[in-house]
Amino acid sequence: MQNSQLEKDIILKAENISKQYRLGQVGTGTLSHDINRWWHEIRGKEDPYLKIGDTNDRSTKGESEYVWALKDINFEVERGEVLGIIGKNGAGKSTLLKILSKVTAPTTGSIKSRGRIASLLEVGTGFHGEMTGRENIFLNGAILGMTKKEIASKLEEIIEFSGCERYIDTPVKRYSSGMTVRLAFAVAAFLEPEILVVDEVLAVGDAEFQKKAIGKMQDISRGQGRTVLFVSHNMAAIKQLCTKTIMMENGMVVFEGNTNDGIDFYLRSNEYEGYKGTYTNDNIKESGIVSLALIDKNNVIRTEFGFDEQIFINVNVKVNEQHLKSQLAFRVEDRNERIIFTSELKLLDYIKSAGVYKFAVKLPEKFLVPNQFHLTFGLHVPNVELIDFQKECLSFEILETGSEFHMYSQTDYGCVFVNCDWKFL
Amino acid sequence: MSPNNTTNDWLFEITPKNKFFSLNLKEVWQYRDLLFLFVKRDVITVYKQTVLGPLWYLIQPLFTSVTFTIIFNNVAGINTGKVPPFLFNLAGITVWNYFTSCLNGTSDTFKANAGIFGKVYFPRLITPLSVVISNLIKFGIQFLIFIAFYLYYYSQGADVALNGLVIFFPLLIVIMGILGLGLGMIISSMVTKYRDFSYLVGFGIQLLMYLSAVMYPINLIKAKLPDYGWIVEYNPLAYIIETSRYMLLNVGEISILGLTYTFGVTVAVFFGGLLVFNKTEKSFIDTV
Repeated sequence: MQNSQLEKDIILKAENISKQYRLGQVGTGTLSHDINRWWHEIRGKEDPYLKIGDTNDRSTKGESEYVWALKDINFEVERGEVLGIIGKNGAGKSTLLKILSKVTAPTTGSIKSRGRIASLLEVGTGFHGEMTGRENIFLNGAILGMTKKEIASKLEEIIEFSGCERYIDTPVKRYSSGMTVRLAFAVAAFLEPEILVVDEVLAVGDAEFQKKAIGKMQDISRGQGRTVLFVSHNMAAIKQLCTKTIMMENGMVVFEGNTNDGIDFYLRSNEYEGYKGTYTNDNIKESGIVSLALIDKNNVIRTEFGFDEQIFINVNVKVNEQHLKSQLAFRVEDRNERIIFTSELKLLDYIKSAGVYKFAVKLPEKFLVPNQFHLTFGLHVPNVELIDFQKECLSFEILETGSEFHMYSQTDYGCVFVNCDWKFL
Repeated sequence: MSPNNTTNDWLFEITPKNKFFSLNLKEVWQYRDLLFLFVKRDVITVYKQTVLGPLWYLIQPLFTSVTFTIIFNNVAGINTGKVPPFLFNLAGITVWNYFTSCLNGTSDTFKANAGIFGKVYFPRLITPLSVVISNLIKFGIQFLIFIAFYLYYYSQGADVALNGLVIFFPLLIVIMGILGLGLGMIISSMVTKYRDFSYLVGFGIQLLMYLSAVMYPINLIKAKLPDYGWIVEYNPLAYIIETSRYMLLNVGEISILGLTYTFGVTVAVFFGGLLVFNKTEKSFIDTV
């Protein structure tokens, strides 16, 4: 016991995991590579195609046919830890999980484990439409590594958790897709491996079931001390569940540490194509908006913000003598071009002469709901002249990082959060 | 919590390649319930939503035997000796069918199960094994119909009799299943990358039937085609079919040398198949 307090109780250890894929199609070209590879192998030489390969950035055109989906991944997981794995699409998260769950082997490196790993990569694997719900529970459970006895002893609980009692002796092909997923998740939730690998299961099912699923996962990790590896784009779920987070980018681990820092890192580094964090116009002759920038509290330009973060907009505006009476205004629209609000500033309250001036405006935290937003800026003299008008010159996204309403993520519950005063009478 | 965490007390390790020959039978044994459930699934779902259901198991060999009897015995005039030609053909076809269903069922293991293999790990060997076992049940049903006709012809006074060696018949069937499994594993591994092999199996099995003494006795081909008879003699399947007819109907001949050869080939093909299968299962999902 003393010893284990000094040393960490590592249950899973990944050492230099790399995975190479060949792009393109299998054809006669692959045959010649196969023969070449085999020829190297029988002479005891190294695989000639392992030395080449680009990093995995899907947006740039690579030069090699071979690509490294994962490159030198190292991490350790302690017993009872819930490790969140985050990153953009194509960062290598799913490949890593596939290797962990032994679906495919790494090209180099090794993973060492002290416990049985079971994966929930995509639930409902091996469901057979012609068989009843009950029969499928047994089949699916066995595929996931349970014995018949284990399943039988938990059958009642599984059926109850799924909420499909009424249909349990009906062939699964008659189920709605939601019911299939519920049943499948229920089976997987009662697995008892030491390490559970979960990929985005929470994206399915209705709000009530998602809540149930997150609760079950919390039980598994906290109550039962099981280790969970959890991949998700849902920062709220990551924040709620994970004790430690790694972030992946282009097949490499770029961050490893505590979850809050990890989510910050994710938001900061995640500059999506399509969002505009800055705007500049160097050709203003008389008056107009010179530049705009969306920044966070640390003065970093960003286009993605957590719902609980303050957002600042820095504005440089140029005014000449005749426009001193003008007003600087912006409005916020959501993805559906709904105008959320408009805000204005009378320049005359601050300036007395022509020049270029800097302003900063703060959007409050916990105000805009998770969604994509556009900002339209304008400089005008009310009812007289529109001096400058820049439609949708900035855009950004508010991410769900654990708001009260995160379980309703698919539903439209409004544009802003309002702290209403509820009174108990 | 063990105090010796720093030492090598890992439960298992995931590495790029399997050791040259790691069968991992222990793991297969742990998943025996899955094997059983796969077999059950195959058996109960095969003829769902059909009117005749399991009768289809019987219709196919009966019609084939009738056709063979008309073409090969009545038209071409192959002599089956004292045994009624229909019974002769039915015996050959029943046994042959088991082989082809094993080979067909296992040869697209990876391709057909790519969806499930791509999501969850279990010993891949379970899948072809379940095919061989569920086909054994199908074979059992087909064999019952053979017995029924056997009794019918017997009661009609046909000169058919079991050979005492018939007690080894189950062993023969097991060997045949293993041979089909072995070949199927080799082909399924090749198909993952080069689909050409699945076309090869399609017509290859048909051609192989003509070389496997299904509708003629071995000594007939040796007598009629002395120059090409060796092709049949090198075919291990021909010995299995010939020997099963010898056991069941007491016709033809039994060749100890031939059976030893068959056994040797089966063992070689089976272990070769395991080896290739084992190598493929680790990363086939990247190419399939």
